Amino acid sequence: MEKHLIHITVNGHEYELYINPKTLLIEAIRDYIGLTGSKRGCETVSCGACTVIIEGMAVKGCSVLAMQADGLNVTTVEGLEQNGKLSAIQKAFLDEGAFQCGFCTSGMLMSAKAFLDENPNPTTHEIRDGIEGNICRCTGYNSIVRAMSSVAQGKYREE
Amino acid sequence: MIHDFTYFRPGTAKEALSLLAEHKDDCKVICGGQSLLIVMRQGLVATDNLIDIKRLEELNYIKFDSTEGLRIGATTTHRTIEKSPLVKEKYGVLVSMENRLASIQVRNWGTIGGNLAHGDAAGDPAPVLMALNASVKVGSAQKERVIPIDDFYVDLFETALEQDEIVLEVQVPVPAPKTATCYSKFNLLSSDQGIISVGASVTLDGNACKAVRIALGNAAATVMRAKKAEEILIGKTLSDALLEEAGQAAHDECEPVADIHASEEYRRHLVKVFTKRMVKQAWEQASKA
Ligand SMILES: Cc1cc2nc3c(=O)[nH]c(=O)nc-3n(C[C@H](O)[C@H](O)[C@H](O)COP(=O)(O)OP(=O)(O)OC[C@H]3O[C@@H](n4cnc5c(N)ncnc54)[C@H](O)[C@@H]3O)c2cc1C
Repeated sequence: MEKHLIHITVNGHEYELYINPKTLLIEAIRDYIGLTGSKRGCETVSCGACTVIIEGMAVKGCSVLAMQADGLNVTTVEGLEQNGKLSAIQKAFLDEGAFQCGFCTSGMLMSAKAFLDENPNPTTHEIRDGIEGNICRCTGYNSIVRAMSSVAQGKYREE
Repeated sequence: MIHDFTYFRPGTAKEALSLLAEHKDDCKVICGGQSLLIVMRQGLVATDNLIDIKRLEELNYIKFDSTEGLRIGATTTHRTIEKSPLVKEKYGVLVSMENRLASIQVRNWGTIGGNLAHGDAAGDPAPVLMALNASVKVGSAQKERVIPIDDFYVDLFETALEQDEIVLEVQVPVPAPKTATCYSKFNLLSSDQGIISVGASVTLDGNACKAVRIALGNAAATVMRAKKAEEILIGKTLSDALLEEAGQAAHDECEPVADIHASEEYRRHLVKVFTKRMVKQAWEQASKA
């Protein structure tokens, strides 16, 4: 097995990694880069806890080889906060109490962000479809849907 | 644990095919990896060589031409198809099918070529494409060939692809006038794979059924045509009795396997219900087309 040198930009910082090509993106992010916000959950592409955004698209980090992110821009939950200020979706999750144990939260936030960036005026039904790939076993989803709706309604828009 | 492999990222399809010819005895192709990485991690697939075709932009396209029909390149993602205004206008059934395939994350990275090559009888695109009378263009370093999707599936997770071939393109003909195609799967969560699924395409001549294609998903080891049900419909006009007869024929001719989700008899029952429903829906849409 021959190792490979790749470059991935995570939350605006470029990282150079020298890895076994079987390394998954979630492993590269957590174990090589050291950003542990994204979680390893089911590891069968079902639960969504490892969701990150690649070039604007929500994907599950457990089902992408790090090699496939070579040269691309990745955003993780750590990248949502800008200049010490929480992003709109993070504030909304806090205000609505859109978590209990928090294990799904980092993935849920990334799906929510990618979804709202693409679809700023969704119906409640569309919101529910938008987070279909993320499982939460605590909240029953209602508080998450409320948080996403309040962002869509402009509650957190900066003046 | 994933078995160690040597990784290749060819820049062109030609290069990918010559690498495949060279390593074909111990080699896998990866595209989106949404299905492959799971089975690799479970140890069901172990390969010494992995050829990554995800970035082959030359196979990432959606084209339409009023004589040739629709052409979708193998590396086109599910999400690209789902959001294509062209596909929506000409083949709306593909958009509604994609919309219920897995989750957004899987659709963002998984591809049509990977889905078809994976050969899961519960996959959604194959039964829709079978109802639409599609073909799959495949190629090796030596030659290309076009396989009707009716002949593409051989057995459980087994396709007509040779070891040195990859899927290049999906080809969907222009539907005849007065034709409509409908598809639905039965599942408990809307994005799950179907317990069974049915795709039906109906072409009318006046009030009579001129041509019909019915495809059943997850009702046998491979996606299959319900040919006995189709024969019953040809030349007839729509009635509840006719639908009942066709549904019963599909019920009898499918060969479902029991699993944790449903017994064999329940699957047959669902095949009957969904065959009736999809044929009726397609028939009514065709009469307005
Ligand atoms: C949680 C989850 C839910 C899912 N739900 C659904 C669902 O509801 N409906 C559905 O239809 N699918 C579903 N799938 C399956 C999945 O969406 C597809 O099978 C997937 O998109 C395959 O595409 P890929 O590009 O990721 O293929 P990969 O995983 O890269 O490859 C799959 C197989 O095809 C081969 N392959 C890939 N590309 C080619 C090619 N061009 N030529 C030849 N061989 C090739 C690979 O060697 C491998 O054997 C689900 C998957 C997951 C993880």
